[in-house]
Amino acid sequence: MKKEEWYEKSKTCKERNTDFSTVSGVPIKVLYTPDDIADMEHDRDLGYPGEFPYVRGVYTNMYRGRLWTMRQFSGFGTPKDTNRRYKYLLGHGQTGLSVAFDFPTLYGRDSDDSFAHGEVGKCGVAIDSLRDMEVLFDGIPLDRISTSMTINPPAAMLLAMYIVVGEKQNIPAQILTGTIQNDMLKEYQAQKTWIYPPEPSMRIISDILEYCSEHVPKWNTISISGYHIREAGSTALQELAFTLKNGFTYVEHGIKAGLSVDKFAPRLSFFFNSHLDFFEEIAKYRAARRIWARMMREKYRAQDPRSYLMRFHTQTAGCTLTAQQPENNIIRTAYQALSAVLGGTQSLHTNSMDETYALPTEKAAKIALRTQQLLAYESGVAHTIDPLGGSYYIESLTNELEQGAYKYFEKIDKLGGVVRAIDKGFFQKEISRSAYSYQKALEQKTKYHVGVNIFEEDEKAEIEILKISPQVEKVQRSQLKKLKRDRNGKRVREKLLMLRKAASDGENLMPRILDCVREYATLGEMCNTLKEEFGVYHEPIIF
Amino acid sequence: MISKIRVLVGKPGLDGHDRGAKVVAAALRDAGMEVIYTGLHQTCESIVEAAVQEDVHVIGLSILSGAHMTIFPRILKLLRASKAKDIMVIGGGIIPADDMKKLQRIGVHKLFGPGTPTSEIVDWIKDNAVKPKRPTTRKKKSVRKKVKKQVRKKIKKKSKG
Amino acid sequence: MKGRQRETVKGIRALLAGEKRTIARIISAVESEDSEEILEHIFPHSGSAYHVGITGPPGAGKSTLVSAIAKRLLGKRKKVGIIAVDPSSPFSGGALLGDRVRMTDLALDENVFIRSMASRGSLGGLAQATKDVALVLDAAGMDYILIETIGVGQVELDIAQVCDTTVVVLVPESGDSIQAMKAGLLEIADIMVVNKGDREGCERLLTELKFAFEMREQKVGWDYPILKTTATEDEGVEELVVAIESHASYLSKTGRLEDERKKKLLLRIHELIEKRIRFHLKENIMPERDIIKLLDKMYERKLNPYRIAGQIARRIIRLADRRFV
Ligand SMILES: Nc1nc2c(ncn2[C@@H]2O[C@H](COP(=O)(O)OP(=O)(O)O)[C@@H](O)[C@H]2O)c(=O)[nH]1
Ligand SMILES: [Mg+2]
Repeated sequence: MKKEEWYEKSKTCKERNTDFSTVSGVPIKVLYTPDDIADMEHDRDLGYPGEFPYVRGVYTNMYRGRLWTMRQFSGFGTPKDTNRRYKYLLGHGQTGLSVAFDFPTLYGRDSDDSFAHGEVGKCGVAIDSLRDMEVLFDGIPLDRISTSMTINPPAAMLLAMYIVVGEKQNIPAQILTGTIQNDMLKEYQAQKTWIYPPEPSMRIISDILEYCSEHVPKWNTISISGYHIREAGSTALQELAFTLKNGFTYVEHGIKAGLSVDKFAPRLSFFFNSHLDFFEEIAKYRAARRIWARMMREKYRAQDPRSYLMRFHTQTAGCTLTAQQPENNIIRTAYQALSAVLGGTQSLHTNSMDETYALPTEKAAKIALRTQQLLAYESGVAHTIDPLGGSYYIESLTNELEQGAYKYFEKIDKLGGVVRAIDKGFFQKEISRSAYSYQKALEQKTKYHVGVNIFEEDEKAEIEILKISPQVEKVQRSQLKKLKRDRNGKRVREKLLMLRKAASDGENLMPRILDCVREYATLGEMCNTLKEEFGVYHEPIIF
Repeated sequence: MISKIRVLVGKPGLDGHDRGAKVVAAALRDAGMEVIYTGLHQTCESIVEAAVQEDVHVIGLSILSGAHMTIFPRILKLLRASKAKDIMVIGGGIIPADDMKKLQRIGVHKLFGPGTPTSEIVDWIKDNAVKPKRPTTRKKKSVRKKVKKQVRKKIKKKSKG
Repeated sequence: MKGRQRETVKGIRALLAGEKRTIARIISAVESEDSEEILEHIFPHSGSAYHVGITGPPGAGKSTLVSAIAKRLLGKRKKVGIIAVDPSSPFSGGALLGDRVRMTDLALDENVFIRSMASRGSLGGLAQATKDVALVLDAAGMDYILIETIGVGQVELDIAQVCDTTVVVLVPESGDSIQAMKAGLLEIADIMVVNKGDREGCERLLTELKFAFEMREQKVGWDYPILKTTATEDEGVEELVVAIESHASYLSKTGRLEDERKKKLLLRIHELIEKRIRFHLKENIMPERDIIKLLDKMYERKLNPYRIAGQIARRIIRLADRRFV
């Protein structure tokens, strides 16, 4: 049958829907054929795994060499509680740690801060000083695991604490592996965990890049994160475009700070969301690899191929979990995990079914981990590289996303770059608009969410949830009080003063922060010291 | 001039997840309400003070950090202290069922679970936000009617001719 | 009737005492109803607050600047009322009022009262009731009332009819100065501010403005200050406050304050009369449906609109002679 004939014929078939589009609203055709990728050249646009432009994967043999790292994000209560959970997860075959901090810690506030009231240990573990960090990693040898820390404005302080815990375990910083998120741009755009204004934040980041390239060379210094942009309601394209543009902005800053691009770019990694739309997500990861490689080579003139690699962590989309029929979340998460794996992720967190309510219980956390293990060991999807490569649909989506991203880059450049666009509320507006139109689509039922706007059930499903006792806050506060009594207060003050001085002199902050940490200065003390110099950020126009 | 329903949408606590708060704020605006958005990381004190000064009918709080059992009671207490008990307090976020019951018992008017359509929130506010009447100075109705009738009659007569 | 009056009097007393809940309540009444009775009671207690208007394009930093100015004034033990106007949606009539976000540092100071207003269809940069709301704050004992306009970039000239001092804020972003001139913003400015002094292009804009002001006809004895501020860093704000104060003393020394305020009262009278008559016309005298009935005939050219309007107007005037004056 001829192509035209088939199209004629297909038009006579009645369709069950008037609108077929991705979850981001991109229209989908009834069929994809070679015509859709006619412009694509295999060697130029796809290439081979581990080779430019890395669309099919960043490593030569991908999962046949090594599976992705199963890295479940967790943390709650006191450092002792979390330490116990880490040992449980490592005991069940998890291969990396990922620390979730509580809100006060994320904002650089101590547990006895008035703002911390009611939030200590609630959504993550509370860390006030080196003492807490010692307890958190007690009995966990830092040379045998890699640790990811989701921490942004106080990233330098937490990294310093980790380094010092290493010192105490006799492990040199040179061999420590792990990641700090340290991606402030997306905080201003989406996640909104900030302390200082963008300029000083960017300076702290440059300091970290510089320090680590010398002293902690295996550490991933920024995890450029689209995850939160997506959670805040963006589309897949916005997630892709904003995240990469943020990445390039860090590259430009590093270069401006006098670093050579190949010195720090290989240590940049990415963090993406895996959302509902199976194919769109896979295309997103593939497009991201190609854009990063092309721009790093062509625009930023990186020479070292490691600078071209867009390595990324993925987390399944928390915002797609439903409080209704929570067991469905297991299945939802499994599909999302599959698209991350087919998209070539380097590490993965799968959400637990109960995470809309609270932090996961042990059982839910285990099921989530098992979901990944099933994919890795049973399903066979990791046997070959990029199995969807060459699919007319996937390739065409990949191209479309890449082109869309370039358009966004141009728009952002016209606004004067990322920092300027943040100031103008550009990202915030783009994201809230997408979030609002998705909500409208759900309410008009042009998009579905099972259990929420279709196949709803009446009875309230009750599931077991993990509750954080208010005792945690009390314990944490009294520990802190004790710490402040026991340490050498005079030396703490001295070191804080030197930190302040380094901040105003433009000297690299990392060595000063390490000094403070060693004297058990608290996180809050260090952050407040910098606040005096840098001021605090106020949110710009919002809607 | 018309009376408008005024709602304060607030994000107390430390979490920065304002997606829900903003979506609700936009939906309330699109339903014709005036929405005062206070921004992130607000203390309970500043939320209540803003609610009083802005004379809102409803305070809507979105809390996703798990601090709801600290924040709601504090808001209610502060409202009582400001003699503003009539300002209704509603909320959204991830709140387990037994906490929900407790909160409603102490005076939170309504809690919306995750996945609630915004239209449900709009409808609830429209149904429940009524302010006590304020003194007005309109002329007596009967007088107005009389004048109206007179004029209308005259216009009619003329246009027929 | 008696009870209601007692209520009102009680309310007024609380208002004069600066009771915030009452102030807020009365503002709502003034914003949404015909509340001339209340305003009549309030008027005698007003007249001591100094009104400062802040206008300029969106994102120029008006709210941030208002907050910074207010902080300074509070430091001088002044009471400050703030009115921040944002646009209503023309479709739904709803509004998102976000100016408070910039003012959170102030929110808990007991000498501040901040009120967000939606424009509710008014086009001049303020809401219709802004003047009355300012009157309420004035009577509530504020020393200063700072009014922030919508800032949609269109002509926002209303502000000058409400305020003693009008501050126009611009930023060194492209085309602002030209835009401002077109919009007649320079005409209403008593003080010009270039905000975001930390940004490039600031000096150029300052020069452009100085040039533009030299071309402008000078008011006798008032040298238009053109200031540079960085609102977020609190830089240049003290100078701005000083400039506002010296404009105030210039006005009162030259007797202009009284003249201008009398002019404003005259204008207010006109407005109120118009408002009443318009309301009355619409509500009582010209029910639309009566006129709509005549449309067919006008369309067929059997009646003409000039004639009908004339007749109606004559009758209204005759009625008015008897009833209203
Ligand atoms: N860099 C810089 N940003 C400022 C300055 N003043 C205000 N802003 C920022 O500009 C944005 C808009 O300010 P806002 O006060 O809301 O402006 P408005 O729309 O005129 O009321 C906010 O992000 C402010 O933090 C300034 O002097 N310098
Ligand atoms: Mg403003």
